Amino acid sequence: MIGALELRGLAVSRGGRRLFSDLSLMLPAGQACALTGANGAGKTSLLRAVAGLGAADAGEVAFGGTDPGEARASGLHLLGHQEGLKPARTAREELAFWSAWAGGTAASARSAVETLALGPLLDLEVRRLSAGQRRRVALARLLAAPRSLWLLDEPLSPLDAAWRARFGEIMQAHLAGGGLILAAVHDPLPIPAMTLELAP
Amino acid sequence: MSRLSTLLGREVALAWGRGGGALVSVGFYAGVATLLPLAIGPEAERLAAVASGAAWVALALASLLSLERLFERDYEDGALDLLILSPAPLELTCAVKCAGQWIATGAPLALAAPAAAIALGARPELAPLVFACALVGGLAFAFVGGIGAALSLGARRGGLLTAVIVLPLFTPPVIFGGGALDAFAGGLPWTSGFVLLCAYAAAAVALGPLAMAAACRNALS
Repeated sequence: MIGALELRGLAVSRGGRRLFSDLSLMLPAGQACALTGANGAGKTSLLRAVAGLGAADAGEVAFGGTDPGEARASGLHLLGHQEGLKPARTAREELAFWSAWAGGTAASARSAVETLALGPLLDLEVRRLSAGQRRRVALARLLAAPRSLWLLDEPLSPLDAAWRARFGEIMQAHLAGGGLILAAVHDPLPIPAMTLELAP
Repeated sequence: MSRLSTLLGREVALAWGRGGGALVSVGFYAGVATLLPLAIGPEAERLAAVASGAAWVALALASLLSLERLFERDYEDGALDLLILSPAPLELTCAVKCAGQWIATGAPLALAAPAAAIALGARPELAPLVFACALVGGLAFAFVGGIGAALSLGARRGGLLTAVIVLPLFTPPVIFGGGALDAFAGGLPWTSGFVLLCAYAAAAVALGPLAMAAACRNALS
């Protein structure tokens, strides 16, 4: 369990250009933070820096007492624009693999399939799924293996109104269980959340 | 451990998957082996002299074909990010991916190699050694090739870059394996070449994943 996500004086560059500097955030367990800012403001880079996939120029990312290596290995989920699903494999194969890879059990994967109503899609190849359906498969990964911190990069964009609302409930439940959510968004999150705006 | 065996299964399935990846490599191999007599001329003695060496070089080239896929697809579709966010060390993940590559394409190529060598005119008693060399050499090709594949991540036309990086590194196994086959065919002691080939493969398995993991991290940051 990650107790909190804390950014202290974080500065990140991308391709030689400084995106933001001296960024600080204190996100306690059970809360969500909406990350806003114009295109190219560095939302994705910030999420990747938190996940340890890109180095920060300065500053520190802390996980409330949890060792950063351990937090990144088994304490957080990253949902990016790219969902990491192979077009030629079925949704079932992909979900089973990613759930096992993230440390989930068969039972938790089944309940994730139910929550996201993926049953009828499971035997389709990922290439046959629509963008919204693919996103639901990716979201099922979050539920299939419980991890405290969700780093979401525009999680709602391919979803229709009904699924946006449904995913709002799923996020609420995650927060109620002591989870944390840091989500890069353009539209407001359907849940109460603090806001962190990235401005150049 | 179960995590890594699941990954191995996925890698093999992806390589065998609907594009018929492994069969394409074997088909390419058969094609090169068929072209050689057309270029060299059909005289049996001349062909027999180069048969095992030619089969061996064609094998190195065929191993290159599927390398591009090894990291590039996972890099492009975001899967590499998720593979890193795991308790499994990235070095081990890379090693498992290369092992999958070896099982999916190296092993079928090793099965095809004796057939190609004999078809080119090598003596049938050479077949077991050709198979053993191809199997061990394939392991070296997969792990050394993985370094090239990881280094060329994010480059345009990464497959070609991989080939340029990797071909010089394929030199030692080609020399050792070809030497062992030549010595065996000439009735000379062949074990030293084969043992050197095994040593090269062992070094590639031990050191390759460290380089691959560093290259992957660098490509993602």
